[in-house]
Amino acid sequence: MGKSARGRANIVSDLTFQFESFSEFMLMAGHGPYVWACYLITAVALVYLACAPLVKRRALFAELQRQARIENHELNKRKQASTENSS
Amino acid sequence: MGWQWFHRLGSPRWFYEKTNAWIPWLALLSVALLLVGATWGLGFAPEDSEQGNSYRIIYIHVPASFLALAGYYIMAISGAVGLIWKMKLADMVMKSAAPIGAVLTFIALVTGAIWGKPTWGTWWIWDARITSMLLLFFLYLGVIALQEAFQHQETANKASAILALVGTVNIPIIYKSVDWWYTLHQPATLKFTGESPIDSSMLYPLLTMIVGFYVFFALVLLMRTRTEILQRERKTRWVKALAGGQTS
Repeated sequence: MGKSARGRANIVSDLTFQFESFSEFMLMAGHGPYVWACYLITAVALVYLACAPLVKRRALFAELQRQARIENHELNKRKQASTENSS
Repeated sequence: MGWQWFHRLGSPRWFYEKTNAWIPWLALLSVALLLVGATWGLGFAPEDSEQGNSYRIIYIHVPASFLALAGYYIMAISGAVGLIWKMKLADMVMKSAAPIGAVLTFIALVTGAIWGKPTWGTWWIWDARITSMLLLFFLYLGVIALQEAFQHQETANKASAILALVGTVNIPIIYKSVDWWYTLHQPATLKFTGESPIDSSMLYPLLTMIVGFYVFFALVLLMRTRTEILQRERKTRWVKALAGGQTS
């Protein structure tokens, strides 16, 4: 494989869309399902890779905020208790 | 001067703050390269004279395979750095690289299987290249499993670094498999020396995709490492401040 059916030419100025219509682009002369399945699976996998660390960070930050709220709450209670004791 | 950056790398906080600004640029660059490369490969690169349109799978199969291997280098090298210099950041990079490498190896295997059906007439064959790639996938899974298997992070790091280093034996086998045991898998499309057996109208979109995958890998590895830093430093004041101030 590897040899172009059209031979060598100027790469960028020579760019043309290889398919006559959108449906032919989808079908790819029978190879469409294979090609599109590969691209779809890859897209899903890459999106997962990009999102996973963001989701994890969001969960961590939510947990830290929850902890901070609890700590603040207990700190306030203790402060209140100590002022009541001293008075 | 000279070695200061190396010592600073020992500070996860410094690394986290330093890399903040890189993320949007890496994201933009990788998305642009992958979109351009995929459009070029799917619609504008000429049809292959032997394989027809099924060859368009090459534009993800080859880059994913490249990164599956490059990811293994990164994992094994940072594992070694972590073992030798006890550098925390290196251990985090090793841990972060494993799932990314596993996903890319998975993509390489699946797209290879789907490409095999119309080209070879079979989804799977125990060819040397394919089998050694499957072994690479299991090595990645092994590192991920070892990271989870220990109570102490340091023990986990040591065990997974050793597995990663032992597994590097597999890397030259993967490279050479298509030459040593030539069965169904076609030989390398790209060669660093001499002329590649691919026309330039197909080569340029392929190179675009390879660079795109590299940038994407760098982006995701950085994001994972940064999240890992936050996870391990969650008891420190700076992470708590970050969590409180930034609700994203």
